[in-house]
Amino acid sequence: MNEPQDKSRRGFIGTAAAGVAGLGTLALAPGLHLIEVTQANPTGAPSQGASSKIRWGMLIDTAKCVTGCDVCVKACATENGINETLKDPRQGSQWIRKIDLKDPKFDRTFSLPMMCQHCAEPPCVDVCPTGASFKRADGIVLVDRHTCIGCRYCMMACPYKARSFVHQPLTEQNPEVPRGIGCVESCNFCVQRVDKGLKPACVESCPEGAMLFGDLNDKNSEIAQRIAREATTQVRADLKLNLGVRYQGI
Amino acid sequence: MKRVLVGFAAVLLLAPAVSIAGASKPTITIENPGECIAPAEEMRRNHMEMLKHQRDRTLRQGIRGESASLNGCINCHASKTTGSVTGKGGFCESCHSYAAIKLDCWDCHQPKAGKKHATAEEVKP
Repeated sequence: MNEPQDKSRRGFIGTAAAGVAGLGTLALAPGLHLIEVTQANPTGAPSQGASSKIRWGMLIDTAKCVTGCDVCVKACATENGINETLKDPRQGSQWIRKIDLKDPKFDRTFSLPMMCQHCAEPPCVDVCPTGASFKRADGIVLVDRHTCIGCRYCMMACPYKARSFVHQPLTEQNPEVPRGIGCVESCNFCVQRVDKGLKPACVESCPEGAMLFGDLNDKNSEIAQRIAREATTQVRADLKLNLGVRYQGI
Repeated sequence: MKRVLVGFAAVLLLAPAVSIAGASKPTITIENPGECIAPAEEMRRNHMEMLKHQRDRTLRQGIRGESASLNGCINCHASKTTGSVTGKGGFCESCHSYAAIKLDCWDCHQPKAGKKHATAEEVKP
């Protein structure tokens, strides 16, 4: 689904459609056309879409992350319209959450944000019975709510507890971030921002600069250079999921 | 069997007459008159197909800025009084309730026009 599989057939149909369009609109009845001719976008050409040459990733430095600070969580909630009053506080959506950790032997404490790790081999995609949970060509894992049936199998499969289920009707969504009752949702790297060339809201908001976002495939990007130079960790690396999010200092 | 078929045909013939007599046509107010992305006849018949194909390209392939979009719909068609395309007399709802088609786009998508989207820059301390 990421990219068209049968290119020759699509190419033929495209050529055939162009030929028909060239002859004039073939209308069977008012408004009923044999082949729909795609309308040109009046505001400019549509974007190229996600490219498999890119793999979006994040690097989080826990040494810079401050215990008790939740600016990233708030920025995520603002950007993605997670603002509902909950009937049961346990049902709240957590696209990103702060976790405080302690090494019991030496009392070392530190804090980190945890969210969807955007696996290259995502278990949520493997188990989804409808194909709603999918990975975009650029490595962003997200839920197609149009096909999500709310079975929550992906929530069970995710080793990072990254997904949430919406239990109640919502009315105050942000226009660019549709979300609603009966569907599973999770961090999508603020895909609506990334497609505009912006960074995810959490990265943008972090006052300590603890989060770095970039293209893991581009050897010249800051994130790839730092991962090549410095020690980084994937959480539960033993699962061999090839995560898009990496941590330092854990 | 034949009698059943005749009875069925009679119901089919009567049905349109009954519906025409029983329901009043929807009243559609276009708040921002202008040119839609396609002629009205085509929009009436094909808007669902346009939106469906566009949504898959946007969500799954990340292609943004195509002509058909729900945000595009509400920009022109949201009511000036309620700000929405849903509710009684709303642009979408008036036809859909007439045609008895459940409209669930707006369970997830924001049906009100001009709702401000706060940016990450604004929440930065």
